Amino acid sequence: MEQKESEKLNVTPLALFFAFSRITLSSFGGALFWTRRELVERRRWVTEREFVELLTIGQLLPGPNVLNLTVMVGYRFAGWTGAAVSVAGYLGWPCLVVIGMGALYQHYGAVPQVQQALAGMSKVAAGLLLATVIKLAMVLPRHWRPWLFGILAFGGVGVMRWPLLWVLSALAPWAVAVAWRERE
Amino acid sequence: MNRPDLGGLFLHFLLLWFIAVGGPSAILPDIHRYVVEVQQLLTSAQFAEIYTLAQVAPGPNVMYVTLMGWYLAGWRGAAATTIPLLIPATTLTLLVSHLNERYPNARLGRSIRRGLPPITIGLMFSGATILARAVNHDWRGYAITLLAVAVVLRKPLNPLWLLAAGALAGIVGLV
Repeated sequence: MEQKESEKLNVTPLALFFAFSRITLSSFGGALFWTRRELVERRRWVTEREFVELLTIGQLLPGPNVLNLTVMVGYRFAGWTGAAVSVAGYLGWPCLVVIGMGALYQHYGAVPQVQQALAGMSKVAAGLLLATVIKLAMVLPRHWRPWLFGILAFGGVGVMRWPLLWVLSALAPWAVAVAWRERE
Repeated sequence: MNRPDLGGLFLHFLLLWFIAVGGPSAILPDIHRYVVEVQQLLTSAQFAEIYTLAQVAPGPNVMYVTLMGWYLAGWRGAAATTIPLLIPATTLTLLVSHLNERYPNARLGRSIRRGLPPITIGLMFSGATILARAVNHDWRGYAITLLAVAVVLRKPLNPLWLLAAGALAGIVGLV
């Protein structure tokens, strides 16, 4: 960890709020790209390596991974206040924007052109999610075991429509135990 | 459609966020199951429209839960679906990042890092197939979805352009 480097920086809660507001308001189509650009390239608050480490932790934890990263960065520079203002900047604006869009949709959702545009976009949105899954699946090891767990998760949740809690309670400990034994 | 029980919605979302390994796309299938199939608060098509609207807005993908809550029950609904997502991020995240910095090579940590990603991928694939079925009613719809997949896999394009193209295709009546 190159932590010394970033601990020396004096980052105020106000600066955190502005940085995360800027990230979130530029994040059209995914926040990750803009988060890295602001924190690593523009502000230089964290190094490239620290960013990857923070992101890895953020991805493994439950919850939105960039939000988890936001909490960690805010906390590192300005404690609880820092975490709170970073989250407020990161989630506050999109909340307002998305609700504004919802209000527009309630007024104009019945207009045929809006319906058609939304129908067209939703087919693309399904494709975007599918493409993300394919990209992620390509980094899985070329071995049958990880694929088995992926297929079981899909079978339980996507095909059988069982509650996520049941499926995860059965699969997650098993998958972790298998990975534990593989380390020998 | 039924009236939402906000307390139940809050608790279900809270539970989901604590097990949301892989983020908001991993719990998409279970939110669909709960909101559309169990509670019958939305149709599958409305669910997909809300998801799509949130993709067009700036900010993280997770905002679809906020929009869904707002759509169901106004500001109180938005609070019921949004506040739960903050709770694991503030408690678990700080705890685990602390432990991880202290014990970066712990065997349990490494086993979790290796063991869970395939499950996340299976869950996200479930979400993608549920959405694809909710929005597509004929082969032309599926063709647009698969075309979007092919473009994203080949070109590093801002997804907003694809969504705009989809909107245009919808307006001119291609789909």
